[in-house]
Amino acid sequence: MTTAQDHGYKPPELVSTDIEAYLELHQRKTLLRFITCGSVDDGKSTLIGRLLFDSKAIFEDQLATLEADSKRIGTQGENLDYALLLDGLAAEREQGITIDVAYRFFATERRKFIVADTPGHEQYTRNMITGASTADLAVILVDARKGVLTQTRRHSYLAHLIGIEHIVLAVNKMDLVGFDRSRFESIVAEYRAFAESIGIGAFEPIPMSALAGDNIAARSDRMPWYRGSALIDYLETVDVNTFRDRPAAFRMPVQWVNRPNLDFRGFAGLIAGGEVKAGDAIRVLPSGKTSRVSRIVAFGGDLPRARVDQSVTLCFADEIDCSRGDVIVAADAPAQIADQFESTLVWMADEPLLPGRPYWLKLATQTVTATIQAPKYQINVNTLEHLAAKTLELNAIGVVNLSTDRPLVFEPYAANRDLGGFIIIDKLSNATVAAGLIHFSLRRSQNIHWQALDISRESRARLKNQKPAVLWFTGLSGAGKSTIANLVEKRLNRMNRHTFLLDGDNVRHGLNKDLGFTHADRVENIRRVGEVARLMTDAGLIVITAFISPFRAERQMVRDMIPAGEFIEVFVDTPLMEAERRDVKGLYKKARAGSLANFTGIDSPYEPPVAPEIHIDTTQMTPQQAADLIVEKLLDNSL
Amino acid sequence: MPLTHLERLEAESIHILREVLAEARKPVMLYSIGKDSSVMLHLARKAFYPAPPPFPLLHVDTTWKFKAMYEFRDSMARESGMPLLVYQNPEAKARGINPFDHGASLHTSLWKTEGLKQALDFYGFDVAFGGARRDEETSRAKERVFSFRSSSHRWDPKSQRPELWHLYNAKKNPGEGIRVFPLSNWTELDVWQYIYREGIPIVPLYFSAPRPTVIRDGLILMVDDERLPLRAGELPVQRSIRFRTLGCYPLTGAVESSAATLPQIIREMLLTRTSERQGRAIDHDQAASMEKKKQEGYF
Repeated sequence: MTTAQDHGYKPPELVSTDIEAYLELHQRKTLLRFITCGSVDDGKSTLIGRLLFDSKAIFEDQLATLEADSKRIGTQGENLDYALLLDGLAAEREQGITIDVAYRFFATERRKFIVADTPGHEQYTRNMITGASTADLAVILVDARKGVLTQTRRHSYLAHLIGIEHIVLAVNKMDLVGFDRSRFESIVAEYRAFAESIGIGAFEPIPMSALAGDNIAARSDRMPWYRGSALIDYLETVDVNTFRDRPAAFRMPVQWVNRPNLDFRGFAGLIAGGEVKAGDAIRVLPSGKTSRVSRIVAFGGDLPRARVDQSVTLCFADEIDCSRGDVIVAADAPAQIADQFESTLVWMADEPLLPGRPYWLKLATQTVTATIQAPKYQINVNTLEHLAAKTLELNAIGVVNLSTDRPLVFEPYAANRDLGGFIIIDKLSNATVAAGLIHFSLRRSQNIHWQALDISRESRARLKNQKPAVLWFTGLSGAGKSTIANLVEKRLNRMNRHTFLLDGDNVRHGLNKDLGFTHADRVENIRRVGEVARLMTDAGLIVITAFISPFRAERQMVRDMIPAGEFIEVFVDTPLMEAERRDVKGLYKKARAGSLANFTGIDSPYEPPVAPEIHIDTTQMTPQQAADLIVEKLLDNSL
Repeated sequence: MPLTHLERLEAESIHILREVLAEARKPVMLYSIGKDSSVMLHLARKAFYPAPPPFPLLHVDTTWKFKAMYEFRDSMARESGMPLLVYQNPEAKARGINPFDHGASLHTSLWKTEGLKQALDFYGFDVAFGGARRDEETSRAKERVFSFRSSSHRWDPKSQRPELWHLYNAKKNPGEGIRVFPLSNWTELDVWQYIYREGIPIVPLYFSAPRPTVIRDGLILMVDDERLPLRAGELPVQRSIRFRTLGCYPLTGAVESSAATLPQIIREMLLTRTSERQGRAIDHDQAASMEKKKQEGYF
């Protein structure tokens, strides 16, 4: 039975004898952030609980609660159930699982530690990636009785993917295999073969028993054959600052411009690479303008130099443009700039990736619009096989090409986590739906440039004596979009306006005949129609489109493609019951019979416009009245 | 030389403060006058130096803080050059809510939880900084640095946004708010150590001194002034006491101590065996009480 007395924490001698000397020592501690990978069955919670207790991060009142909880709802019999200590949320306690990333803290005489504790199962891949993104080291737990499992391989792959360079293979529960050396060595050999196959060069294998405390705080005399360090010893001494100390060019994404008065202009940010001194030549990207650092300003006096991981404020010798989203770099070693990339993407939302849909992409302090192509392949995180995929679902990892609406200043993730790692944000829900790692920019984005044309879209429109526009009809199938659109075009034509009607069904006979009706195909359908409509407005036409276009995000995407004021959303509002009653094409009947899948309104959603420019209630007016109203609004410029 | 743990914590907190300023419409710093607030305010002054922090301080007042706290609050606002907003829930005021007649739970709920929601709505703040740390309590350990609140100020632990690298997603819809915790990764020891290193001013009540006290329901209460009604048989006794955490004085227990300097306080902390929240009456109400309060909108 484990009790508080077993964990004989003694505060360091110096605390009682000379607290000021102790504080002096303590101030020189470094920080190690690590992640623990494994499941409760592997003894992960026991291990963390022991690390916390051995370093006095658990207090008596917390321990009393733990002892009471262990008796009441524990799963460890008479022993302390450390999982209860770690699983903070009531919902999780009830379900007996850990569902999130929890951060724990403890300190020894030499280091402070931040532990990201994440659940081990495959459905929590996103949690593990999140916890690993800030970690320098991963402790991968293996049950000595079970050896290297599928999850061991998955955890190792994910840790390696996110760039963790230090891996501890913690072979736990050695007490249950009689502290058998050959068992330990065969597990290590098996793991080594796998690790090498995925590119993990070195790792630190440690045999231990978290429950009994062997090789945790001190070397165990029950495994005299083991000559390496105890876990805490290793965590205290491993050199995790290697990548920070590696020579790297200076990089600082600008967070905020500090301009309290006309005499001061400073650029604030967290240094993402290298170091900077007063007098250094710098370059601001993407503009490429150069200057010198005149001061590194800090509360309490200027700094002579600053380095990676410090938050600083820089002043320049010259007045050059620089704002949030720009990146300040060493003048002679600039970062790259591109708008198309190959990346690994980890999908983190319940709603799957929609290729073609515009999302926000945030990289360092840059936020841009990005569209993601269908994955080149998905990676099976258990077998590492490449699988064909049309989308990515929750916890899926895939390799994709993506393009952004503005060039990004970046570095490959392998060279710089802060300038190569990004998140993807859904534009409607604002949720963070994915994390990405840039591999490289696509060469075609460096070689394709806009060709400047002498005749502008304005001059083409002037010749036609009209203002180009897109009348974008949206509504359920059978709502009356095509009927009304047709009447609108007839009237405009009689008034000598140059128009073109893009009809949903007609476009699917030609331009879009390769597309079906899945979510992803619907998005691509609308994207292409949007691009065609844009070309036609460039040519000076009034474009009328009639597509169900059920998703707000895609209508917004088209709106964003067209110059401001030229996109007019016309909501043809017919209740589902009424559209189904009309059923002009007999499609509702087929959909209800189950012979037509993904039919809007039946088994695929329709998201009505929130603020359309024109709202047509077809239960209140005839198609001709609706057409007259639309033409009137278009021409009197009241929109 | 690699950066020390305090230097890295400081840089991370400053990054968070600046990221909010860059992306928020109207941020505010919740100022509770305690040591964590002191550290947070100090970090904000560093983050935006030479400008004063470009947002106001908001104190959601219960009218039941120690006198020394009010004095300290006003002096820090003057020193930092930041506007200080004090909000007192008018309903709690009108009903005369107090911890003696109405109990800790209702008192906290009306003055603090409701008061905070009202204040944020009243001034129209979309992002509020708070000084909470993940090591304080188990449900905090899983809370994000950027913690979203629905338009009714509720926290949904199941739909939190993943936070990777140094990237924070501050996008939100109108009406939604964000609570941001720049000290998420600090521990109690880090906070004390940083106060010591930087010479940050804190309320004198953290230092031991002889003070008039009574013992009630297992807590040592300081008799701050005539607002504390004495029960039959209670006679204030001078004791050498200090506070590990500061809240409403009738709800905050003191500890007997002789620690009168920062090193002595830290030594006492390292030798003691109970967590700092033990002195707070509200946490003992029920299991997982903090998580429940947070879902309702408590900071």
